[in-house]
Amino acid sequence: MSESILGNAILLFVAAAGTSVVFTRDPTSQAIVVSFYGLLLGIMFLVFRAPDVALSQIAIGALALPLMILLALARVKKQGPKS
Amino acid sequence: MTRKVRRVFILISAAALAWVFFLAYRPLPPLGFVHSQYGDLVNAITVPERHITDAVSAVNFDVRAFDTLGEEFILFTSVMGVLVLMRRQSDEPAGHHEDKAPGRTVPPASDAVRVTALLLVAPAMLFGLYIVVHGQVSPGGGFQGGVILASAPVLVYLCSEYAEFRRVLSMRLAEVSEAAGAATYILMGLVSLGLGGMFLENLLPLGRSGTLTSGGMVPFIDVGVGLEVGGGLSLALLAYLEELVEEKEQ
Repeated sequence: MSESILGNAILLFVAAAGTSVVFTRDPTSQAIVVSFYGLLLGIMFLVFRAPDVALSQIAIGALALPLMILLALARVKKQGPKS
Repeated sequence: MTRKVRRVFILISAAALAWVFFLAYRPLPPLGFVHSQYGDLVNAITVPERHITDAVSAVNFDVRAFDTLGEEFILFTSVMGVLVLMRRQSDEPAGHHEDKAPGRTVPPASDAVRVTALLLVAPAMLFGLYIVVHGQVSPGGGFQGGVILASAPVLVYLCSEYAEFRRVLSMRLAEVSEAAGAATYILMGLVSLGLGGMFLENLLPLGRSGTLTSGGMVPFIDVGVGLEVGGGLSLALLAYLEELVEEKEQ
């Protein structure tokens, strides 16, 4: 019973975090929010008894993906809008 | 399409999506009561027949090792794609920044970031290695461990200068690591062929369940994948950082 409460709670958190990723409009902040969202997804997989997937999710979703977004942003910003 | 029409449209779509999700959510079985035939089968064979205590690794690197080979090469190809896109073309002038925003400076890393990153370098390295070599025993393996290993040089970059980062991680090291990792996987498949089995069939001694040497070929494949993923990510990282830093220095 307590486990299903935990499961539903984490699903709600993930939904809320996903929504906040969409509503964050500044790409740099979005990279940080998406990292937090990735961490929550990782916890969700852990709650649903998939520790392997949780580990991959945290490594990729909370670490590699935001890093790549930030690096890509740094390049895009450096090149700037064509005037 | 005006703003108002768009808003109505998105609200209807969102409501429909929410309804579909609700329909999909309702018949979900309660936590921990899912039984699939494949799952039962895998659980039944992993320890007695494959001597692997992590069922996911048993599926990924033994039962369906060939599928995972394809997955690994997806990453390999993506990294190549990044490198090809980021390469410096011969007609490209070095340090072209007609667009550099005047007065935009890079803030130096704060002491808190530096100290935290410095403290985490060694644990990240150790944890990455731990995750790579324990794939057959506990959750983890080459993919996850490789990403953690690749995070160690990033931490070095965060806590010091770019020059230090380049001393820790050279292009050559990342390249060799990626290539050697990818080759290891294929070589393990050829080893099986040489021993008279099928490609990637697990023919090495299986060892005692729950130990580092259990699982036959699985730990070797895990180390290969760890090298490939760690090297591949580092290569992508270097490709991005190299150009950025070159331009900053001029």
